[in-house]
Amino acid sequence: MQKKFDRGLERTRWLAGITVFAVLGLVGMLANPYVISLMTIVLLFTFLGQSWNLMLGIGGQLSIGHALFVGLGAYSVGVLYVKYGISPWVGLLTGMILAGSVGASIAWLSFRFEVRGIYFALLTIAAAEFARIMFSGWEFVGAMQGLFFPAPTGGIEISMLRGDARFYYFVALALAALGIIGTEFISRSYLGYVWRAMRDDESAARALGVRTFQHKILVISISAATAAAGGGVLALVQGSIFPDSIMGMGLSVDVLIGPVVGGLGTTFGPLVGSLAAIPLNHLMSALGDSLRIPGLNNITYGVVLISVVWFLPDGIWPAIVRLCKAIQAPPTALLWQSRKVEE
Amino acid sequence: MLSLWLNVLASGILLGLVYGLIALGLTIIFGVMRVVNFAHGEMVVFGVYVGYWTVRLWNVPIIVAAAIAAVVMFVFGYLLEALIVKRFVNRPHHYQFIVFIGLSLLFSGALLVAFGPDPRPTASQLSFQTVSLGLVTLDLARLQAAATAGLLIALLGAYLKFSSFGRSLRAAADNRLGGLIVGLNIPRVYAVTFGIGAACAGVAGALISPLFDAQPYLAVDFTLLAFVTVIVGGLGSFGGALLGGLVIGVAEAIAALMFTPSMKTALPYALLIIILVFRPRGFFGAKEI
Repeated sequence: MQKKFDRGLERTRWLAGITVFAVLGLVGMLANPYVISLMTIVLLFTFLGQSWNLMLGIGGQLSIGHALFVGLGAYSVGVLYVKYGISPWVGLLTGMILAGSVGASIAWLSFRFEVRGIYFALLTIAAAEFARIMFSGWEFVGAMQGLFFPAPTGGIEISMLRGDARFYYFVALALAALGIIGTEFISRSYLGYVWRAMRDDESAARALGVRTFQHKILVISISAATAAAGGGVLALVQGSIFPDSIMGMGLSVDVLIGPVVGGLGTTFGPLVGSLAAIPLNHLMSALGDSLRIPGLNNITYGVVLISVVWFLPDGIWPAIVRLCKAIQAPPTALLWQSRKVEE
Repeated sequence: MLSLWLNVLASGILLGLVYGLIALGLTIIFGVMRVVNFAHGEMVVFGVYVGYWTVRLWNVPIIVAAAIAAVVMFVFGYLLEALIVKRFVNRPHHYQFIVFIGLSLLFSGALLVAFGPDPRPTASQLSFQTVSLGLVTLDLARLQAAATAGLLIALLGAYLKFSSFGRSLRAAADNRLGGLIVGLNIPRVYAVTFGIGAACAGVAGALISPLFDAQPYLAVDFTLLAFVTVIVGGLGSFGGALLGGLVIGVAEAIAALMFTPSMKTALPYALLIIILVFRPRGFFGAKEI
């Protein structure tokens, strides 16, 4: 009974996923420029959220310095394209390799000496802030004045990854879809099971023969490399790179808001969370600007974060799933569930 | 040349004492409650604004402003713990971290709403006075801030060591369950601890208000600075916070003298990375996370 029920749920999941992306595709074709640009950011942060989620939600390592990897990706694309005219595809690849190795070396350094938990989180902040200050003082990459991409000529060039806002919307949509499929794939693979075991109890996983040291390095470098890919596209979309906005604490916080609000460790959480949080943030900063109250968006984000952890600790998406299950499940399955709770 | 170096060293040590007080607030909260207060910098900035407004409205000496900041921030910290933080004390670390990131966004937003983004210099006569001691010339504001911070650190240390509340606080830090068994009022101990931590940050903020312009955006820097200081010394260690503060203060001063100003802000992080790599628990921290 339970198995049949799960299969039904599985089908619903696929249907829901395809419907969501069909709707998002339609949005890209029909919506006005404001919605397009807002949704591009939402989708990019969905992807970045997936990358962060892989690290904490599945790998169990808290990073509050994800801006470092995002920034490395952005700068790789920016420097290669603006200074040498090399295609952003190469930049993306370079950025992923660079960020992946930086992530791996941070992980190697810290886990070698058993730096874990909060100390690891603080180490990621320290690395990100150090890099931000270094990049702010580095003349070659534009220092504080930033790096500007030439204005798009209008045509769509896939080989140079240049185009109009709608083009970037679909690039972001493809990235988000790739992120979701990738997360789903990873969490069902051997690695996903190993990483979740490691997240839940590292000593137990190690006792069962999991090489946790190597696996932690692997999960962090994959997360870092994907964050860099997102960062590269983010830089192209924004058309400029400033160290404070692409490597600052603010970006690290923006990255984690989506998955936290949507649901840690879930596949659709980052999408749901970004869809809820980013438009809210834009609305609040627009409201704050028109009322001349700066900081309104900060207050909203703060209240949202606190109340999500307070009232919905596993996020919005699991709550939706619970609701759907309650509606969909046949009475026997409900009975089964309630018996399980009693046990 | 010698006099220049001595001056830089002295001003580094003086500022380091104030950093030590800020870090002490963070380390007490962590040591007792195992909670990392990510909104610590905002509390320092609250203190800076208390200093700014009291000096501006009533033209009182900085010491009085610091006392007011201590009371205000103690009550603030106590209420914050009793109303919000206590619900998250037993949650996993990353949830706590996210709650505190939320609190820090909330507070910095509130500061922006209340005071706007523009920096406000505390126009105190103190900012321009100096004292000469042989080769070394010190500015009075810094000297006063450091002396007060040093005195407070000593007093707080003595209080925690000898008073009955200090004993229960240390007991709660050592073993929460054991404290509950012998009848400690743990919720109250936690709330008071958070109050003390917030008060340390607030006093430090008020003390440095003649040196820094009051500005909401300072908060992030202070939070990160407090983290660096505490980790260099060892999270949860009293002496470590003080030592960490001095190390960071001196390192910053020397870096500003030897390299470019941007190196001054980068150096603490570089130091932190080196320390975490070679001595993950800091100079004195030995406690397991």
